Amino acid sequence: MTWFNRDVIGVLDFGREDFEVLFSEALNMEKYAKSRLDLLGDKVLALAFFEPSTRTRLSFETAMLRLGGRVIGFSGTEATSMTKGENLADTIRMLDAYANAIVIRHSLEGAAKFAAEIAESPVINAGDGSQNHPTQAMLDLYTIWREFKVIDDLSIGILGDLRYARVVNSLIQALSYYRVKLHLISPELLRPRQELVEFMNSRNMKYDWTDDPYGVINDLDVLYVVRIQRERFPDPMEYEKVKGAYKVTPKLIERGKPSLVILHPLPRVDEIDFAVDNMPQARYFKQASLGVPLRMALLKLVLAGDKS
Amino acid sequence: MSSKRELIISKIRDGVVIDHIPTGRALLVLRLLGISGREGFRVALVMNVESRKLGTKDIVKIEGRELTKDELNLVALVAPTATVNIIRDYEVVSKFKVAIPDVIEGLLKCKNPRCITNQQREPVRSRFRVLSREPLKLVCDYCGTIHELNDIERYFGLT
Repeated sequence: MTWFNRDVIGVLDFGREDFEVLFSEALNMEKYAKSRLDLLGDKVLALAFFEPSTRTRLSFETAMLRLGGRVIGFSGTEATSMTKGENLADTIRMLDAYANAIVIRHSLEGAAKFAAEIAESPVINAGDGSQNHPTQAMLDLYTIWREFKVIDDLSIGILGDLRYARVVNSLIQALSYYRVKLHLISPELLRPRQELVEFMNSRNMKYDWTDDPYGVINDLDVLYVVRIQRERFPDPMEYEKVKGAYKVTPKLIERGKPSLVILHPLPRVDEIDFAVDNMPQARYFKQASLGVPLRMALLKLVLAGDKS
Repeated sequence: MSSKRELIISKIRDGVVIDHIPTGRALLVLRLLGISGREGFRVALVMNVESRKLGTKDIVKIEGRELTKDELNLVALVAPTATVNIIRDYEVVSKFKVAIPDVIEGLLKCKNPRCITNQQREPVRSRFRVLSREPLKLVCDYCGTIHELNDIERYFGLT
C-alpha cells in the first residue's frame, strides 16, 4: 500500500514492505539531513505536543524545515485554549483546517486514533500514553537495519520498563514482521503487559524473559535499553520500588559480543552509565541523529507520495 | 418452555422471550439491554428454572418493546447460550441463538482510565473488537486494552 495521505497511528497499520520503502527513502534523505531538499515548499505541518518531547518534536520540525516546508504548533498546553477548557476534538479540527498534516503527542491512550478519525489530513502519532510510538519504532528498526544490513536472525535484548514504555510496545510489534529472537529483561514488576504477551504469542514470536541481563548479554546482537517511565506509574510507591533497578555498565557490556549495538530511544536517566557512552558499542546518539532523515522520509512519503 | 409444567408466568402477546440464560444472569441481561423496569412496559423474569440443556436457567420476557437483532446479540456478552424468540400475537415469529457481534460500539466502557474514550468532554464512543469468543476477549479499538468477561461485568456497570 502507498504511504501517501496515510495516517500513522500504530506500526501494525504497516507491513514489512512499507518499512522497506521507508528505509530506502530514509537512506536517500541522509544526504539532505544537513542541507535542504525542496519537496514540501507548499506544505504546513502542525505539531500538537500535549506532552513534553525533545527529540521527537525537534526532529519532526527539523525534518519539515529541511524539506522546505513550514511548521506550526505548540508544545505543552499552557499557551493554548486547552487551558480555557477546549477539548482535543475541537483543537484537532482547527489544526486540520490550518495544516496539511498533524503530528500529535498526547498522554491519553487512543488520542491519536481519535484525532485521525476527526481530521481529514493525515495524522502522525508521536506517542499516545503508554500505547504507541510508531515513528520511534520505525527509527529503531532503521538504525538496526543500518547497523546490520538485515533485521532477520538477530538476537535482540530489550532491557527496562517493559510495562509502561510505549516504545517497547511499538518496537516489539514492528519486530513481529521479522524473524528475530527476543530476550526481554526487566524487574518482575515491569514485565510486559498481558496485551503484549498475547500479541507475541499470537504472532509466534520467539522470546524469553529474565531479570538478569548478565545471563543473556553474550547472546545479544542488539541491546535496547529504556528508562523507567515514572510519569506512567499509577502508584508512586510502585515507582519507588523499581527505580534504579537496572543499570548498563561497562562491566556488563564487556561480557557481550564485541559487535554488540546498544540502542536507547532517549531520554536517559540513570539506566546507562555515562562511561558506556564512549564505548564503540554505544549507538544511541547515532540512533537519535537518524531521527531526522527517517522523519524526512516519512513526511515526504505521507505528504508527497512515493514519487521522488 | 414447551410443557405446561414449566410455564410459571403467562405467555406474552407481542415482545421478546430470551431463553436459556445461564443461571443468575437474567439481571445482567436486563441491565445490558438498558432495561431498568421504570420504562413502563411489562417485564417478566424467571430465575433458576429447570432446563434440559443447561440444568437450570433464567428466562426474561419483555412485552411491548421492540428490540433489534443487534441489540439482542449483545446479550451474548453475558449469556452466550441464550436464545431469542420474537413473539407477535402469541406466536413465535422468529427464533435465533444470540451471537456476539464483531464490533461493539457505544455500549461498553473501557476499563483503562487513561483511554481517550473515558474522557467526558470528547465526542467519542467506545468501540471494541472481538479478539476471541471462547473465552470471551474484547479489545478496545482505541487503547488496545483487553477485556475479559469479569471485566465486562465489573467495569461495564453490569454488577
